[in-house]
Amino acid sequence: MCGIAGLIHRGKSGAIGEEMTAMLEALKHRGPDSTGFALYGQPHDGELIMRLKLAEQEETRKGFDIHKKLPERRAEVDRRLREIGATIVSSEPATEYAYRYSLNYQGDNRKLADYVEDVEGVEILSLGSGLELIKDLGIAPQVADQYRLTGFQGTHAIGHTRMATESDVDIRSAHPFWAYPFADVSVVHNGQLTNYWVGRRALERRGHRFMSNCDSELIAVYLADRVTRGATLEDAMRDSVEELDGVFTYVVATSDSLGMAKDVMAAKPMVLYESADLVALASEEVAIRSIFPKEIDTFDPYEGEVRVWKTH
Amino acid sequence: MATTIHPSSKTQSHFLGLHTEQLGGRTQQRFFSAEEVENFVYPWSMPVDFDKQGEIDATGLGTQAINLKLRDMMSQGYGHIVLKNPGAKPGLAVGILNRVNLTIDGSLGYFGCGLIDGPNIRITGRVGWSCAENMMAGTVVIEKNAGSTFGAAIRGGDLVCRGDVGARTGIDMKGGTIIVGGRTGAFSGFMMQRGRMVILGDAGKNLGDSMYDGTIYVGGSIMSLGVDAVPAEMNEHELAWLERKLDLYGLEAPKGVKNLQKIAAGKQLWNYDNLEPAEKKLVL
Repeated sequence: MCGIAGLIHRGKSGAIGEEMTAMLEALKHRGPDSTGFALYGQPHDGELIMRLKLAEQEETRKGFDIHKKLPERRAEVDRRLREIGATIVSSEPATEYAYRYSLNYQGDNRKLADYVEDVEGVEILSLGSGLELIKDLGIAPQVADQYRLTGFQGTHAIGHTRMATESDVDIRSAHPFWAYPFADVSVVHNGQLTNYWVGRRALERRGHRFMSNCDSELIAVYLADRVTRGATLEDAMRDSVEELDGVFTYVVATSDSLGMAKDVMAAKPMVLYESADLVALASEEVAIRSIFPKEIDTFDPYEGEVRVWKTH
Repeated sequence: MATTIHPSSKTQSHFLGLHTEQLGGRTQQRFFSAEEVENFVYPWSMPVDFDKQGEIDATGLGTQAINLKLRDMMSQGYGHIVLKNPGAKPGLAVGILNRVNLTIDGSLGYFGCGLIDGPNIRITGRVGWSCAENMMAGTVVIEKNAGSTFGAAIRGGDLVCRGDVGARTGIDMKGGTIIVGGRTGAFSGFMMQRGRMVILGDAGKNLGDSMYDGTIYVGGSIMSLGVDAVPAEMNEHELAWLERKLDLYGLEAPKGVKNLQKIAAGKQLWNYDNLEPAEKKLVL
């Protein structure tokens, strides 16, 4: 059992950091192992925002040499960024092991990601002009405090509270997953995919990389692959309902859209609230209530249903 | 004293050799007897005064605290309780084994009103998954929508949702009545074993899949029937029952009860169908 949530302000910005923290806190009973946010702020013209981690939180707690290695890894990341043609506009530590970079870079995202992730222990959590992907161990208020998310303004967000079942309790397996190498695409998922290895091998043969053994990552890579080959996001999502086997509900976000898909058995929950200026969705209504204390009308999407909303 | 089946009493199923194995782990040899008054009254039942009304504000309270407050008020004889600001919290109003009129002013989360036996509950908002699961008796009326597995494994009582409900409505239903004002999702009536389900709107795919028994009535379209579910003819007693039941909750079939489609179990289940009615009661 995991908790997933999404919200999209249509035609305006909102306090999405605070709102998503409240929604995920309300879902903490569905999974206390880790919490993740994909927050979409105003796009930074010409700048690429990169969120990365240099190590797992657990390593920094228990390791002896890791504290010496972290500055070395960061220096190597900086060196490789410059070598590949990126200009570092700023780089700020969110924690000892997680950084936020602002880059000027006109090249190929895949090339950049592959070169940077070749540094030992480094994983790019997100790349994009508006996307900021933050995930760490603990419940929502802890992660939001740690990464100072409460003041974050933006148009839309997705989030996840994880109860680890098939893979480790670590940042690598936490959601959301960035749809490498596509800028600004992220996914959260609740469920189990039973054709994970078949799907993963097929996508690896096409040159896609997987950072974790978490089945949810397959959705992000699957959508990325379908979009690369010319499908719209909505079409890719509809295909996923047919091609991904198992029980699942997932939420995907791009720079200007938010979408949800539910498996054909409708075996995983999702509750929706939709109004003219805002859409909120979550595994349980209690999460939506955390940002709407007044009475509202909510409903469940049906089996095999795919919905996509735009920010404008 | 509970009535027991005398081992020498032979029925059709005995002659078919269906009693050679002893089922374990259940009270297989006990009949429920209507004459035994103690079966209808739980030892901890509280006296109820339906004129005594009270209110609980659930703002800032957790599930356990809210349920304890409910129980506390019932122990004080309150017969009508209004629960305000439930905030879609899960597990509210569960395990009520007493007569009480409970109005929930707002929405419930998962497993709301589960394991109840006797209360009359009205919910002004929506309910999450598994509302009224394992309900034995009483009424639960939801004014808006409901999530999936609505009325899972209910044994009795009336469970009514005026809006739409999710998938697997009435899964494993063993008695009672479920009425849905709107549509239901896939696999409604899955493994249904007894009772009646009335869906006034459309039904999703695989309706009544693997049902053993029971009856489903649908007012709208049926996306597809599951295995074992077949259309059936309605009789005048059913029409009268449907008229009366819908009227009780202020609902109407879109084209009149005569035009509801009746769905029943069509597959011959060798073991189940050869049981005498009294024995089915034991099995279920």
